[in-house]
Amino acid sequence: MTKAGAKTVQEAVGAERRPALGGQDMSARGVKVAVLPPANRVSLRVPEEAVASLSRALGVALPQKPKTSAAKDGRTVFWLGPDEWFVFDEQGGDALADCGKAKGLHSAVDVSHRNVAFAVSGPGAEAAIAAGCPQDLALAAFAVGACSRTVFGKAEILLYRVSEQEFRVECWRSFSGYVFGLLGEGARDAAA
Amino acid sequence: MLLIRCPYCEEERPEIEFRHAGEAHVARPSDIASISDEEFEAFFFIRANTRGTVYERWRHVNGCARFFNAVRDSVSDRFIMTYKAGDPKPKKLPGV
Repeated sequence: MTKAGAKTVQEAVGAERRPALGGQDMSARGVKVAVLPPANRVSLRVPEEAVASLSRALGVALPQKPKTSAAKDGRTVFWLGPDEWFVFDEQGGDALADCGKAKGLHSAVDVSHRNVAFAVSGPGAEAAIAAGCPQDLALAAFAVGACSRTVFGKAEILLYRVSEQEFRVECWRSFSGYVFGLLGEGARDAAA
Repeated sequence: MLLIRCPYCEEERPEIEFRHAGEAHVARPSDIASISDEEFEAFFFIRANTRGTVYERWRHVNGCARFFNAVRDSVSDRFIMTYKAGDPKPKKLPGV
């Protein structure tokens, strides 16, 4: 279909992208839970010998140590497993296209709209997340910049510590209502 | 809650991030088409089910998603040690 044709169809059916929970937030004393705007996200699998090539292509060195992340110019990379990374770009960069420039063997899948992200911030943020997450979130165990795939209640999440009092929680879109609700409960408990 | 050491994440993690994945060190026959039904039954269905120290596969499914091996006491449920998939059975177990 031509570009003009696609536009006509889109207008005819009134198609628009509606982000899950778009723009909602929830506050309790000492904790704020906000739904973050859509971002560009890539699920990346890279064998050891191609890590340098992908790091160059993305402009961020893929972190090698468990539970660590790397960030540069609005683009963040999480270590998820020995050959698995999660990349997201909040400044409109196309991480998937950059991966395509790499010569090394890899698998990159655009999962931009698979995930919904929440910012949990404030002095009670740690306690709000601990309501559903079994990991040790103390600063000594989960430092600033630490990231991990883990569970929150019954849902799988990616957890990232942005600063001492701010976390980023990513979950699958279909779990977002549940995760947002439970984060809200955690925030209220943390405030109590 | 039990803490299980993931050899890939290199730290102890809560047990609900993990999933049990059966007995470890069960070698698949190299030419499975040529084995008899009895040999296939022994390989596929028959497990040791030991009382005491057991060698098991576990998966850090809500973490790094890796399979690894664990030595566990099936009576006390205590994890004795964990090691990476593909590594040989440890000759000596710590604290046993």
